[in-house]
Amino acid sequence: MELERHEYDVVVVGAGGAGLRAAIEASETGARTAVVCKSLLGKAHTVMAEGGIAAAMGNTWPEDNWRVHFRDTMRGGKMLNHWRMAQLHAQEAPDRVLELEDWGALFDRTPDGLISQRDFGGHRYARLAHVGDRTGLELIRTLQQRTVALGIDVYMECTVTRLMHDEDGVTGAFGYWRESGRFVVWQAPSVVLATGGIGKAYKVTSNSWEYTGDGHSLALQAGASLVNMEFVQFHPTGMVWPPSVRGLLVTESVRGDGGILKNSAGNRFMFDYIPDYFRKETAESEEEADRWYTDKTNNRRPPELLPRDEVARAINSEVKAGRGTEHGGVWLDIASRRPAEYIRKRLPSMYHQFKELADVDITREAMEIGPTCHYVMGGVEVDPDTQESRLPGLFAAGEVAGGMHGSNRLGGNSLSDLLVFGRRAGLAAAEHAAKLAGARTEVAEGALADAAAAALAPFDRDGGENPYAVQQDLQSTMHDLVGIIRTRAEMEQALDRIAVLKERVANLSVEGHRQYNPGWHLALDLPHLLVVSECIARAALEREESRGGHTRDDFPAADDAWAHLNLVLDLPPGADSVRVTRQPLPQMPGDLAELLES
Amino acid sequence: MGYDATFRVWRGDASGGDLQTFTVEVNEGEVVLDIVHRLQATQAGDLAVRWNCKAGKCGSCSAEVNGRPRLMCLTRMSTFAEDEPVTLTPLRTFPVIRDLVTDVSYNYEKAAQIPALVPRPREADGSHRMQQVDVERSQEFRKCIECWLCQDTCHVIRDHEENKRSFAGPRFLIRLAELDMHPLDVADRRDAAQEEFGLGYCNITKCCSEVCPEGIHLTDNGIIPLKERVADRRYDPLTWLGSKIGRRPRS
Repeated sequence: MELERHEYDVVVVGAGGAGLRAAIEASETGARTAVVCKSLLGKAHTVMAEGGIAAAMGNTWPEDNWRVHFRDTMRGGKMLNHWRMAQLHAQEAPDRVLELEDWGALFDRTPDGLISQRDFGGHRYARLAHVGDRTGLELIRTLQQRTVALGIDVYMECTVTRLMHDEDGVTGAFGYWRESGRFVVWQAPSVVLATGGIGKAYKVTSNSWEYTGDGHSLALQAGASLVNMEFVQFHPTGMVWPPSVRGLLVTESVRGDGGILKNSAGNRFMFDYIPDYFRKETAESEEEADRWYTDKTNNRRPPELLPRDEVARAINSEVKAGRGTEHGGVWLDIASRRPAEYIRKRLPSMYHQFKELADVDITREAMEIGPTCHYVMGGVEVDPDTQESRLPGLFAAGEVAGGMHGSNRLGGNSLSDLLVFGRRAGLAAAEHAAKLAGARTEVAEGALADAAAAALAPFDRDGGENPYAVQQDLQSTMHDLVGIIRTRAEMEQALDRIAVLKERVANLSVEGHRQYNPGWHLALDLPHLLVVSECIARAALEREESRGGHTRDDFPAADDAWAHLNLVLDLPPGADSVRVTRQPLPQMPGDLAELLES
Repeated sequence: MGYDATFRVWRGDASGGDLQTFTVEVNEGEVVLDIVHRLQATQAGDLAVRWNCKAGKCGSCSAEVNGRPRLMCLTRMSTFAEDEPVTLTPLRTFPVIRDLVTDVSYNYEKAAQIPALVPRPREADGSHRMQQVDVERSQEFRKCIECWLCQDTCHVIRDHEENKRSFAGPRFLIRLAELDMHPLDVADRRDAAQEEFGLGYCNITKCCSEVCPEGIHLTDNGIIPLKERVADRRYDPLTWLGSKIGRRPRS
């Protein structure tokens, strides 16, 4: 077998915010570091993040500090967050933002020259460091340029198909060059997964093709566990028209900067959907809500800025009740609320996106929007301080890791998560590799041959099904049966269908040859998508309550008994389906618990 | 509503190829990339194309549409007549890998050669203070999504492989301009801009600004001011004299 071989201390899989931040940290500690990514450098999904990076820097509201951010994050996640991750995140985010400036990032400024911070859902104070509404681009470019300046090796357009490991832990990763189809093995005692999410399991999503759950699946197959997989975030505002852009993200900044939601009758409906849990901190009248933008001390947040799960459910209910738009959405209106110049300045990329793709001028007209699959709260179960999984030497950071966001993530907490835990994962991975120096295990040759054979199997079969058709059927299954609102009967049906899809995937065949062949690439992504879909459906079936990004029509309320339980999934050796286990939440120290009372 | 369009797509690899004709359905509101995806799903499963965000934010799906460098995700089908054939070819400035995918490693090599930001020290409270008006100049260039359309269209390298060694292309000239105007940066890249990155090759025909999907004014706001700064340094006799007698700082 023709095989390219490399040896490193730390191999990072994924070149979004978390992956690059991990690689930078590992490299700066002296570890020989490589980044492997499916796209060209700088194209990872982080580039699409719009709103900003949540960090309690206190630049616009001096009252803000990490304790308030911690509280907002825990309440937004309906207390299922791993408290230690939420604490580290809130404490370290400001430093992670500041160091980006030393690497060239140029955030928008306050009048006295500090980093400007904007309002977002679920955050008590204006807290998001931002660059217009293209913050993700600024983040990825800054980290990319830092990665290049440090001379880190980047394997672009390479897909990892297997993790290599033995009973003591990780030994490396196996994959192929997308350009040529040739195989590569990276031997390393530490592997950091930073592969992002799973959005391509759904029909309507804001996620790019890369979001196939490969990191979740690789971890599971190597013996690590996943946590919180039932919690999938549907962002309230995706584009709905024309069909070709359905699901494309419309940033929460539109609401943070003054935009409101209206139904087809022109009513500002969010006041009808304020849950008791957030009533004390939400405005009672439109007047109070409008005053809040400039006076946060004496007024409460507009209900449009409730956490995303609440807003997405409300939109879903309005449409179901027949008060939706022609194309099944609702109206997001900033045109009638803010001057055109302000909108173009604060939301340039939204202005551009609607103008180019929908022929809508958002400074004059309302936007037609509806929920879109955006983010998975669930991911690899990791140690909160090191991001190490159950498998020694395997780390996970960013969206592919679980625990930080509990049952629902607040907007802006993703970019900060990437930076805080990317850095921690990179540091711990480098330390792990240093500890094992001199005692490293070779990758087993048999396992390499096996991985290569599995990757080539779709070429060996003739007359099988086309992978694109299978992907569409999976996306419809998850959208229709394990979407925003779930029931037992539908999820059981979804699991039956997933079992059938597994058989279909085992019989796929692809045309052409190994050089840059998208059909083949998709055929290799599909098993990952199927296993994460199964994880979501099994966990969602098990949790008989509604909380955050998991809503059961048959169990519509939150249940106190479930408030202290995580669901953990693993793949027992030899089993053909995943196992769900109930696990008590880690105990929060008293001084942190007190912060939540205020 | 829907109609059948004629697409002519270049298919092949480094050893050669040709335009293949497809008849493919087009629906309301679709962009060229939607049609390419439909071709993959129904007629040409192995048609090679790069794409990621499908929203004009990542700069992956660059190609030449009817001979013009464009992002396929931002090229709406409604800009063509229904009976007008749409021709898709790979970016001409870069070597073909397969179908619409080209080898853009030239750009990554140039990126690695640009001297990184050298920040001034932070203030006593640990922060950097900068005024909005000062960051905006460099922010314009940091909007760049690295789609390489400016590189593709630039006549210095479009049909002149031999110039690639000594010319970094418009994308990296504005990267130099960005660093030159960056409020925190203390390095001087003016000699490098001229000598290593080929600033002098640009004769400001502004083709790059015309194809930029982000509307960046590469020439007017980036390259011309950079040329002026380089000229100041290189030919200003006072600067020269100052640097000789040591009364003025070198930059």
